[in-house]
Amino acid sequence: MITKGTRRRAWPRRAALIATAAAAAIFAAARMLPSRAVAAGDTITLGAAVSLTGKYSTNGKNTLDGYQLAVKRINELGGVKVGERTYRLAIKYYDDESTSARGAQLVERLITQDGIKYILGPYSSGLTKAIAPVTEKYQLPMVEGNGADRSLFTHGFRYLFAVLNTSDHYLRSAVTLLADHAKDLGRKPSDVKIAIAIENDDFSQDVRDGIVEDAKRLGMQVVIDDKLPPEVNDMSSTLTKVKALRPDMLAVSGHAKGATLAVRQVAEQQIQVPMLALTHCDSAQIAEKFPRDAEYAVCGSQWDEGLAYSDKWFGSAHDYAERFKKEFGYEAPYQAAESTASVLVFVDAFTRAKSLDPKKVRDAIAATDMMTFFGPIKFDETGKNVAKSMVLYQVQGGQYKVVAPERWARSKLIFPMPPWSERGAPASASHATPGPTGSGTASGTGSGR
Amino acid sequence: MDNLRILIQAPVLNLQLIVDGVLVGSVFALAAFGMALVWGVTNIINVAQGELVMLGGYVAIYTAAAGVHPLFALPLAFAALYLLGWLLYRLVVFRVVGRDLFISVLATFGLSILLQQLANQFFGADIRTARPELGTLFLAGGRVSVPEIKLIALAAALVLGAALTAFLKVSRLGQAIRASAQNPRAARVLGIDTDHVYAATFALNAAICGATGALVAMTWVIHPYLGLPFTVRSFMIVVVAGLGNVLGIPIVAAGLGTVEQYAGFVLGAEFQTGILFSLLVAILVARNQLLRRQRRHLE
Repeated sequence: MITKGTRRRAWPRRAALIATAAAAAIFAAARMLPSRAVAAGDTITLGAAVSLTGKYSTNGKNTLDGYQLAVKRINELGGVKVGERTYRLAIKYYDDESTSARGAQLVERLITQDGIKYILGPYSSGLTKAIAPVTEKYQLPMVEGNGADRSLFTHGFRYLFAVLNTSDHYLRSAVTLLADHAKDLGRKPSDVKIAIAIENDDFSQDVRDGIVEDAKRLGMQVVIDDKLPPEVNDMSSTLTKVKALRPDMLAVSGHAKGATLAVRQVAEQQIQVPMLALTHCDSAQIAEKFPRDAEYAVCGSQWDEGLAYSDKWFGSAHDYAERFKKEFGYEAPYQAAESTASVLVFVDAFTRAKSLDPKKVRDAIAATDMMTFFGPIKFDETGKNVAKSMVLYQVQGGQYKVVAPERWARSKLIFPMPPWSERGAPASASHATPGPTGSGTASGTGSGR
Repeated sequence: MDNLRILIQAPVLNLQLIVDGVLVGSVFALAAFGMALVWGVTNIINVAQGELVMLGGYVAIYTAAAGVHPLFALPLAFAALYLLGWLLYRLVVFRVVGRDLFISVLATFGLSILLQQLANQFFGADIRTARPELGTLFLAGGRVSVPEIKLIALAAALVLGAALTAFLKVSRLGQAIRASAQNPRAARVLGIDTDHVYAATFALNAAICGATGALVAMTWVIHPYLGLPFTVRSFMIVVVAGLGNVLGIPIVAAGLGTVEQYAGFVLGAEFQTGILFSLLVAILVARNQLLRRQRRHLE
């Protein structure tokens, strides 16, 4: 009986040892297999981690759609010419589940296992921050269009390039616009008062910093500087302060939630502010969901299809928007446009570098000086795009009309906002048509860009 | 303290802050009622409370999307979440009733994550909102604004509180619930099916959260991740009011809401939550001291 017992006990242990050894052997063998070549044959594959699930899923999809439209268009036009040869473009992507750790992991995998040598950015500053050290470690270029945080560019990354304006620029132009129009009203800059309410996350804090810096530069006073905790849903105390202090501009940055709340609660309490400046108006669809209340709100954006930029791949911004809508069935948000532009940067760089060597491509990217449907692109030594400026639009007649930069704008700013009594306040409407809803199909939420 | 001076110079602003505090607090009071009910009867702290609110909100969103006025979503969400609450009890919660607190917190925590992620999966992470198309009342010569939807929330909180108290006192099920809360074993001996009672309690809590969610959808916004603040806030209110003190809940909720508004006004919005939690700690410490004098302890 004892022998039987020991034999029975020995078996499982032996089996476990064999299994472990086998697993280790298989694992080692797999690691030793050559990674699939990146420019295998005639295709250049760009890699990306995008958020297809999780809180950034909507914007992540916008990003992926932008990449894929670019790839499709480039291939339609014959591909990328690198020296003597022409290559097709392709994208290999994984779902980072809106998580930074996963994003970094997946990019590492793209590089080490899939052999990708050129990386496209993820959605959000948070994820971009997690991935940048990875591409820097492997010395492979990454071009991104969806990470606007200023701090991305203070680490001395040489392989990171961003086509979009950094987050602090979002509402700087609103401050400048305010200053110009205050002068029209005969007021001194030091008389101008600004109120800021942001959601306390990295992106919004950068937006706030940009406003504060420009306000200081122009001699304006910041009378309210509220940072709402991300979980807070109600802006009442801030708005009561606005009623008390009567600033000339109320700037709110809190992603789609902030924009929705600001528009709704400002209207509810009939707060009278000459200018209401917001970010993420299009994500929150304020013009569609709150047609009366959102009127005259000023919004910051990276891009608008009404701008006069154009390039040889897509034509004008408007042409791009039409092509996008035809392909994907929804209006192109600026997140998609930025992503497409990122691919275009690579295409232009490959051609100028006449080589697929990552370091040469990186140097070519650094020397970029091109015009795209998204705007001009030229990188400074930290990788920021210093040629493009932010767009401001104002909701006029239920539509977003570009009012700044005034050189490219087709509409004029309406300032100050008319008093609520003249606007037809949101009084109890007849209930014949029940209230419309949130049927979000466009960009959604998420903290950090 | 410039802002403090403004409050003194323009007293009407105080009225606005108090009104806002009471109105905002009333929505949290609703969630707190449910939390107190479940906690008092089954000794479970429902960490999934906020997620139930969130789901109620989605009922309102889809009701509005179907063309029905979102106010009708209140009873709809109540009913739908009642069923969901019953289901959750029968599937998960019944296993942790009567076990120690940690197990039940863990179970409901797991539920909250499940519900949150399922909502994210099926509804998407977008911000949604339902528009009740209601107006705003203006008091004090137009200087104090009271959005009508928030008044409705206050009315709902009061009505529900009264209804709940009456229900617990008068109806058979209510009496059974109270009996089970007092002494489950004795209740069973007397022929009360405590399992059924617990299921009803949990379902009722879910229903209340559902109605709350419908109000939240109309007043603010709904998204899959809004749950945690509701859970925390309702827990806070129940703790401060004291378990079993149903009347205290709306008062505490209004009080905390007002403190929050003042903190936001005087110090800045970033201090709202911090001040609230500091107050909670202070109240608990003070209460403990008081009880210690009477040779009792905080449970």
